[in-house]
Amino acid sequence: MTSRLTLKGITKRYPAVIANDGVSLEVAPGEIHAVLGENGAGKSTLMKVIYGAVRPDEGEILWNGQPVSVRNPHEARALGIAMVFQHFSLFDTLTAAENVWLGLDTSTTLAAVTQRIRAVAGEYGLDVDPLRPVHSLSVGERQRVEIVRALLTKPQLLILDEPTSVLTPQAVQKLFDTLRTLAAAGCSILYISHKLDEIRALCHKCTVLRGGRVTGEVDPRTETNASLSRRMIGAEPARLERHQPTLGDVALKVTGLRLPRLDQFGVTLEDIDLDVRAGEVVGIAGVSGNGQPELMAAISGEDTRAPAGSIALFGADIAAASPGVRRRAGLHFVPEERLGRGAVPTLSLAQNTLLTRTASIGRLGLLRLSAVVQLAAYLIRKYRVKAKGPDAAAKSLSGGNLQKFIMGRELDANPRLLVVSQPTWGVDVGAAADIRGEILRLRDEGAAILVVSEELDELFEITDRLVVMARGRMSPGVNTSLATVEQVGIWMSGLWPGAGPPPVAAPTIEHAEHADV
Amino acid sequence: MNELAVIIASTLNAGTALALAALGLLINERSGIVNLGAEGMMLVAAIAGFATGVQTGSDSLAFVAGAATGAFMALCFGVMVIWLNTNQYATGLALSLFGTGFSAFVGVKYTQEKLSERHGFKLPVLGDLPFVGPAFFRQHPMVYIAVALAVALGWFLYRSRRGLVLRAIGESPESAHALGYPVRRIRLLAVVTGGALCGLAGAYLSVVYTPLWVEGMVAGRGWIALALTTFATWRPARVLFGAYLFGGVTMLQFFLQGEGVQIASQWLTMLPYVATIVVLVLMSRKPEFIRINMPASLGKPFFPGS
Repeated sequence: MTSRLTLKGITKRYPAVIANDGVSLEVAPGEIHAVLGENGAGKSTLMKVIYGAVRPDEGEILWNGQPVSVRNPHEARALGIAMVFQHFSLFDTLTAAENVWLGLDTSTTLAAVTQRIRAVAGEYGLDVDPLRPVHSLSVGERQRVEIVRALLTKPQLLILDEPTSVLTPQAVQKLFDTLRTLAAAGCSILYISHKLDEIRALCHKCTVLRGGRVTGEVDPRTETNASLSRRMIGAEPARLERHQPTLGDVALKVTGLRLPRLDQFGVTLEDIDLDVRAGEVVGIAGVSGNGQPELMAAISGEDTRAPAGSIALFGADIAAASPGVRRRAGLHFVPEERLGRGAVPTLSLAQNTLLTRTASIGRLGLLRLSAVVQLAAYLIRKYRVKAKGPDAAAKSLSGGNLQKFIMGRELDANPRLLVVSQPTWGVDVGAAADIRGEILRLRDEGAAILVVSEELDELFEITDRLVVMARGRMSPGVNTSLATVEQVGIWMSGLWPGAGPPPVAAPTIEHAEHADV
Repeated sequence: MNELAVIIASTLNAGTALALAALGLLINERSGIVNLGAEGMMLVAAIAGFATGVQTGSDSLAFVAGAATGAFMALCFGVMVIWLNTNQYATGLALSLFGTGFSAFVGVKYTQEKLSERHGFKLPVLGDLPFVGPAFFRQHPMVYIAVALAVALGWFLYRSRRGLVLRAIGESPESAHALGYPVRRIRLLAVVTGGALCGLAGAYLSVVYTPLWVEGMVAGRGWIALALTTFATWRPARVLFGAYLFGGVTMLQFFLQGEGVQIASQWLTMLPYVATIVVLVLMSRKPEFIRINMPASLGKPFFPGS
């Protein structure tokens, strides 16, 4: 049997880095083939080569045994290659059906597409309402729209880029069922991920990339997490040391916080109650877009509409205080968006320290520039940030290195309460372990820490207590050592004990997560 | 009664240039590109149309010349902005400054010329109705074309696939590119169409509305058209409404000046601009509505494949 797709010696060089170095792989019809690697290992570049978005410098692509040159995504789709992107390529203001229609050729009508969406949705168990505008859909539903769009082109090869990063564990199972059905019907699947458990559960074959090279082609069903990890990063990540928490006073107390959404794309916060004590790490789990950004904005001071008395920092009401006041009281915040919130992209690292570190501002508001540069140089050294130096522009750093720098900037300020959103998003395994280690060290020194993350594994690793957010509401807390992934997964759908009916006032992200269960 | 019919008729006449330009800019901006050169394009098109009208005596040729001039200037703008990635705002401003100077320069010879008054085109049957006829149905054909254009544009944007593609590109050129749409070519087409309609508007001003050539005669209508598209939240019907509101207040202030109202004429001249903006801002102040209708990529550069 000829293989569906064969890559031979694909090489792609960028000015500073070789993204793919002689990569070869082979995908059989009906095979679910994993491509495993860290951030920056070259997975994305390789997929772009297959999908025609990037031209390789060397190497050959065979499609059903025939050499082909894929010059753009349009040609890729004509061959029967479809891709579901990690960051969705949907148009928010259009309906699901319109979005799907745009991905098909011009011979169909919108009404016919709507029909076909309903048919495919039934066949593969992908619940999608074709007539709803995309901005009103949950992340899980958006992904289903993307998958339906890909399926309607009748692909022979479906590429999925980190598809589970936005799903509840139950929704992941549902996605896997869909993919298995598809593969059984003869469609080949390229599954890109860095999550070892998923690859072992789903995939028939696995190509591991490290630094742009293939470090192994294995059958993931016979491997262990440790053996896959060794191939992926060359070593097993260091285990974190955990001590029993020594609880201190309540650092952050949120009581009955209600906050109407700012616009229809937002989420209304309903009766949020949350305590974080000195010496503990509290994690907020939940699928993205369930009110976490809104809560973070209210706690960090970006949004000061919170009613008086609803947020207290070390006993003092700060509901309406500015971020600067909160920072002086010991609250430091690492936002999810690194460029644009955590750092100014075009300014140097040294200048970026001034966003939250103002010790080097002298009287009369004049800057002591040497002190600013020294601080940046110290942070770069201490937190092993790969950068040209204090003068490097923030946007010139890779996501992981910039995150280390921003985390370093806040950790080094010795905060009494550290609030972190997505601490290791897009950060490679080694650096992520460093960052988690630093968070735990800070906790052991007696600071209170609040972490928001979509990675359940991470929350289970570093937190002492977990709460879950769904549809703008917050679940009761649960001791992390007593919680299970299944339980938290169900809670992520908003179904915790004592949870009321879905709020009527927030018709945005709702009901989708129900459907996921 | 008859006076009211005259005011309505002149309102439609005065609003038409603005409607044409603003509808053109609406197409332009729905693709995600802002062209601040509207004023300049309208001025150069006004003199081009006027000169052609004087030389050939043909209105149709004058309009073709105006539209072609606007389209050509928009083409230059589009190539610079879309392919060479120059800053949209700076390039548009340069185009406006250039158009102002260039039209004054080539227009010198024509400042003494005058075209004869254009007569309205009386629609059969409808034009003979009492009141309604003189008020609505004895206009220059371009007035009807502007209304038809707004209707057609509404249908195009919300009922046709090509319109859907245009809206999609304006919202996220990256996603449209990933789906395989020729983002740059479609954007250029939208920009050139917008330029052609601005040109048509300029020619209408000099050939039908005044009809003569005066330096700087567009008098900020290019800018108000740009503001109008924004405050009308990129919806054709609202654009048309805003344009006629502008025309109506323009006529009202002429009327007031004629009546000898004791208000400085400078204040009255300002009135149409202020009134149009205020009314549209009040109409479209819901942030949700703006967010749903605004082309999200408006004014942002797009680099395919990055």
